[in-house]
Amino acid sequence: MLSAGIVIPGFVVIGLVFIGIGVALFVTSRSITVLEIDYTGVEKDSPCFKCSDPDIKNCGCKVDFSIDTLFEGPLFLYYGLSNYFQNYRQYGASKDLTQLSGDLASFKDPSDVCYPYDYSVQKPIVPCGSIANSMFNDTFKLFHIVKGTRKQVALDGKGIAWWTDYNVKFRNPLVNPLKNAFNGTTKPPFWPKPAYELDPTDPANNGFDNQDFLVWMRAAALPNFRKLYRRISEGEYEKGLPAGNYSLEIAYNYPVLQFEGRKKVVFSNVSWMGGKNEFLGIAYLVIGSLCVVMSVVMLIVYAKFKFPEED
Amino acid sequence: MLRRRINRLLGRDERRADSRTINVGHRTGTSNEAIIPAKFCDNRIVSAKYTVWNFLPKNLFEQFRRIANFYFLIIFLVQVIVDTPTSPVTSGIPLFFVITVTAIKQGYEDWLRHKADNEVNKYPVTVLEDGLRIRKESEKIKVGDVVEVEEDETFPCDLILLQSCRDDDTCFVTTASLDGESNHKTHYTVPDIEKDLDSLNATIECEQPQPDLYKFVGRMHLYTNNQDPAVRSLGPENLLLKGATLKNTQRIFGVAVYTGMETKMALNYQGKSQKRSAVEKSINAFLLVYLCILVSKALVCTTLKYVWQGKPGQDEPWYNEKTQKEKDTNLYLKMFTDFLSFMVLFNFIIPVSMYVTVEMQKFLGSYFITWDQDFFDPEIEEGALVNTSDLNEELGQVEYVFTDKTGTLTQNNMEFIECCIDGFQYRYQDANSEVDGPCVTDGPLNKLQQKAGREREELFLRALCLCHTVQVKESTERSQDQVDGLTDGVDGLGVDGEGIHPPQEQIGLIASSPDEVALVKGAMRYGFTFLGLESKTMKIRNRNNDVEMYELLHVLNFDPVRRRMSVIVRAKSGDTILFCKGADSSIFPRVRQEEVENIRMHVERNAKEGYRTLCVAYKCLSAEEYNQADKGLKEARLALQDREERLMAVYNQLETGMSLIGATAVEDRLQEEAAETMEALQGAGMKDAPPAKAGVTRSWSSSNQDFGFIIDGATLSMVLNPSTESNAKLYKSLFLQICQNCTAVLCCRMAPLQKAQIVKMVKNSKGSPITLSIGDGANDVSMILEAHVGIGIKGKEGRQAVRNSDYAIPKLMHLKKLLLAHGHLYYVRIAHLVQYFFYKNLCFILPQFLYQFFCGYSQQPLYGAVYLTMYNICFTSMPILAYSLLEQHICIQDLLDNATLYRVIAKNAMLRWRPFLYWTLLGVFHGLLFFFGVRFLFSNPALQDNGQVFGNWSYGTIVFTVLVLTVTLKLALDTRHWTWINHFVIWGSLAFYVFFSFLWGGTIWPFLSQQRLYFVFANMLSSVSAWLVIILLVLLSLLPEILLVVFRKTHSPNTRQLSDGRLLQTSRINQFL
Repeated sequence: MLSAGIVIPGFVVIGLVFIGIGVALFVTSRSITVLEIDYTGVEKDSPCFKCSDPDIKNCGCKVDFSIDTLFEGPLFLYYGLSNYFQNYRQYGASKDLTQLSGDLASFKDPSDVCYPYDYSVQKPIVPCGSIANSMFNDTFKLFHIVKGTRKQVALDGKGIAWWTDYNVKFRNPLVNPLKNAFNGTTKPPFWPKPAYELDPTDPANNGFDNQDFLVWMRAAALPNFRKLYRRISEGEYEKGLPAGNYSLEIAYNYPVLQFEGRKKVVFSNVSWMGGKNEFLGIAYLVIGSLCVVMSVVMLIVYAKFKFPEED
Repeated sequence: MLRRRINRLLGRDERRADSRTINVGHRTGTSNEAIIPAKFCDNRIVSAKYTVWNFLPKNLFEQFRRIANFYFLIIFLVQVIVDTPTSPVTSGIPLFFVITVTAIKQGYEDWLRHKADNEVNKYPVTVLEDGLRIRKESEKIKVGDVVEVEEDETFPCDLILLQSCRDDDTCFVTTASLDGESNHKTHYTVPDIEKDLDSLNATIECEQPQPDLYKFVGRMHLYTNNQDPAVRSLGPENLLLKGATLKNTQRIFGVAVYTGMETKMALNYQGKSQKRSAVEKSINAFLLVYLCILVSKALVCTTLKYVWQGKPGQDEPWYNEKTQKEKDTNLYLKMFTDFLSFMVLFNFIIPVSMYVTVEMQKFLGSYFITWDQDFFDPEIEEGALVNTSDLNEELGQVEYVFTDKTGTLTQNNMEFIECCIDGFQYRYQDANSEVDGPCVTDGPLNKLQQKAGREREELFLRALCLCHTVQVKESTERSQDQVDGLTDGVDGLGVDGEGIHPPQEQIGLIASSPDEVALVKGAMRYGFTFLGLESKTMKIRNRNNDVEMYELLHVLNFDPVRRRMSVIVRAKSGDTILFCKGADSSIFPRVRQEEVENIRMHVERNAKEGYRTLCVAYKCLSAEEYNQADKGLKEARLALQDREERLMAVYNQLETGMSLIGATAVEDRLQEEAAETMEALQGAGMKDAPPAKAGVTRSWSSSNQDFGFIIDGATLSMVLNPSTESNAKLYKSLFLQICQNCTAVLCCRMAPLQKAQIVKMVKNSKGSPITLSIGDGANDVSMILEAHVGIGIKGKEGRQAVRNSDYAIPKLMHLKKLLLAHGHLYYVRIAHLVQYFFYKNLCFILPQFLYQFFCGYSQQPLYGAVYLTMYNICFTSMPILAYSLLEQHICIQDLLDNATLYRVIAKNAMLRWRPFLYWTLLGVFHGLLFFFGVRFLFSNPALQDNGQVFGNWSYGTIVFTVLVLTVTLKLALDTRHWTWINHFVIWGSLAFYVFFSFLWGGTIWPFLSQQRLYFVFANMLSSVSAWLVIILLVLLSLLPEILLVVFRKTHSPNTRQLSDGRLLQTSRINQFL
């Protein structure tokens, strides 16, 4: 089936196609701009150093940065955590999906897998479980400093979670107002506010339909991960951030130093291939070239040994 | 103490060691010593393994003794007990399925055995009790019972013949189902026994049961009215064996000495032990390797987990608090539980489905043998039969072929081909026609007259007519007419070639060797007809239609050492003549040398052509000589010590100074294409060892002096069971060395158990070669059961061999295709199946192992639970099953044409450690590629153009998709023989995977507590990067494979040329077959 007549041209074709794809990927990846800001505050000169003390509550810090050329939009704002094991087995399993799909019965009686975050002082925790309890709660505000004045950049918190998670998998109970559904339950111990008050600005973005919550609930694959926080997709900055000075205001709540973790904010634009990733482009280029080289080698081998008669 | 008591209870007394004493008819009377009636086992034959009551526990026990089943049971139990990443259902269901299917299959087989046992055990027999004839079931016979057996019945147990209804106190039996000899043997009653069995008062003292069919030593004490007991010695000639059939005798009475499982027949049949193929052994070895991999993986993970947790902050980060129970648990217990959890997580590396697939492959694959039209024999209107599907692939591994001769290699049809008298050749003109049809024309007679002198011819023919132990069947009154009819027929021959009745149906010639019959019939063609033996008088009808009478004075029986037999007869004229016939080598030294040369030439030519040659000589004895001989013989026969040796001495002394008359050539025709088949098998590198019966040796010996080796049963028993233990090893290894250096070994006059012993010896020799036994008779059963593969020929000697074989074919010639094509293909298929299975599970589980390094060693599964379960059951099972059934990497015709191709896979070539290492490395390579390819992709998990990120289940699903695609396409690359089924299952499996993933991910399943895979697959497909990485990784995994295929093709020399050369080499060896 596999004869030289097929394999050598096949290799050439595959090699060329791969090189083509590789070039496209590489160029695309190169064109993506990424700005990463680590705000863990480990270093003394870091603006968030004061917040890294676990005893300080409701700490805020400001990170200033400047952009030389236009940061082309639409822009995406990610938060990144490292050495954080969202893929722990017990951690990932520690949630009650019936609860999260709006079943009121399990509001009263959370599943055992949520333990030790199923009851708090005799009251059932909603949403229960480790993963919900540990939801990321730093918040960011971005200001464009134009001639000394701070102009807030509008951040869009919609469309950051999977469509199906938002519309199908996670449902609020059909109780109006939503607050009533949570009667007799308590918030997760780590949360400052109950689930129905997650987003005071948008009543529709509360409870289990809160997009930040949904993003958090989709456990990351690796211990160093980033999650989508906001998009800059509307208004004045839809086309991107123009060159200039910016200031990022951070409400620093989330403790990571205990487990030697890191926190960062990532600004990035995306392309058809997603975020910046050089691996794919390089891999395609290498494999493509290898294929071409192999076909040349094969050709030489065949020329030397003569083509065996194919019957 | 306890043991002794149990032994006594079970009738296993210490006294067993020497002899047993039996009261004939259970009469304890006049004997002065009180004989305690010892307990003997009843006459029940038990071949079934289970009873209704012990089936479940025993069967389960046996099944869980299988290493894999036990392993899965353990995994299942661990899942039930310990908190593990996967639920017990995932391994419980497949295990339950496998166990149930196997239990049903084995239960059914045992039920069949029960049925067969009952048929034998409930067979009605007649027993004499207190003068009454009582009908009983066969199983109720007790040792000491006097049993009546009628003609054509088989003996229900081992009997000492007490009384026969024949006048001469003999009876005839055939032992076809015991040692395959279909001739009639004469057995004798115990001399001087009372005619009235009711008043017979006797005890028998005999040795304990032992399997040798031809040995029996005993004594009978006869008590008559207060006289001293008379003692009669008993030998094998007095013993009627269970399984033998009474012939030519209306009725006999015998006393049971051995019953049930102690009969010689039962002792000769070893239990049908489960045969395991070499492939299965390889599987078990690989399994152990994988078990080691599994355990080391689990150990590595457990160790690293605790090392890692020792670092500050890692043991219990605030977001993942431990439960109180976890905190309280003992550290070592926790470690152990973690270890078990890892075991469960990685246990898929040893797939339960492999066993199911292997069983299915074997089961379905065996149908291809059954369906093969080439095996269909129009004569019996049957094709091949598969009794065990477990050994399909073993057919491709055979190194030693043990074949029965008569009926297997040959048709068991002796035909008189030619003779030579005084150096003149007489060829029977119509030699190629029907075997025994004496459609004599004038031709031979004329020739006869042209050449040797008439007197010599007639002497030669008389010799043929007289020198034998053939009997004319005369069981009923009709037989007299038949003999008359026969003579008429012969009379008419000159006129009407066909005769009215084909005479061979009319004469019942009975002889211990079919050659003798052929010779007598040959003489008949030339006008000398043997009419029978009546009260020591042999009658022959000569050419002039006169009846000549000869008084039979002595028969000097054939024995394999002398390799000749003689008779001494006295003609009407008063001359005493000794006629002798035997193998050339044993006759030539005993005749006048000047006669030899003429005849030697003929004999050698005949032998080279493969005929069985015999030389005929005679000697006139003077009255004085005869008297002396007579005296010597009688003395020797009565001797109590060294009887054999003394007889032999007299024989040797008598059979000297003879004069050679001529030689005969008899052909036992080879089966159709037997030579070609054997040639092909030799080309394939197999060695043949036909444990044949005497007779062949004579012709075969002279033609294959270079490589052949001949040994007979008696010698063999000395080799295998020498008196001193120290010699045993030496003899055996010496014998084995000789055997292995010969291309063919002939063993003759073998008891069934001896055949098995030879097989066993070769089987257990160095390198444990794979053996195959092929035979058609019941005497081959032991050998068939002993060899790795047992083949039965659906021949003339009943169905015993077929029933006990693993495969049955109509003709020997079918063996070629069975081994070279089916065996080869099945071996390649199953070897590939096994390697592929291990490979695909290694690259399945390796990413999951690697993932542990990235998830804090928390036993997080990489793949969704449904993928873990379905991978082996649905997504990747069908293509390999189809491959393992249909693959023909070389087309069948080429396999048949180039027997040397068989050598390529010899010695389990595809399942040795090298190919296993190759596959394992391939699996490791693929696993690493899959995991790290996706790992680098996920260094930025924002893979969609809307900036959204993927989570851990997306990660696993991408790896899994690459995995399924790669292993399936890898199989597609390996497939050489594409049928629509292959296309259907390969592309169908991939389509099914996509369809299933959509369906599974597209629905909220109410029975799942965590909808982990919800829309994961669809989201993955919406990402271009995911597509690109899948294509990249699949291609990268297969590239080396493609290169290897191409390069291998260029470098390997043309197979056809290679095999031609080797065939030439082997052709020399093939000659003598």
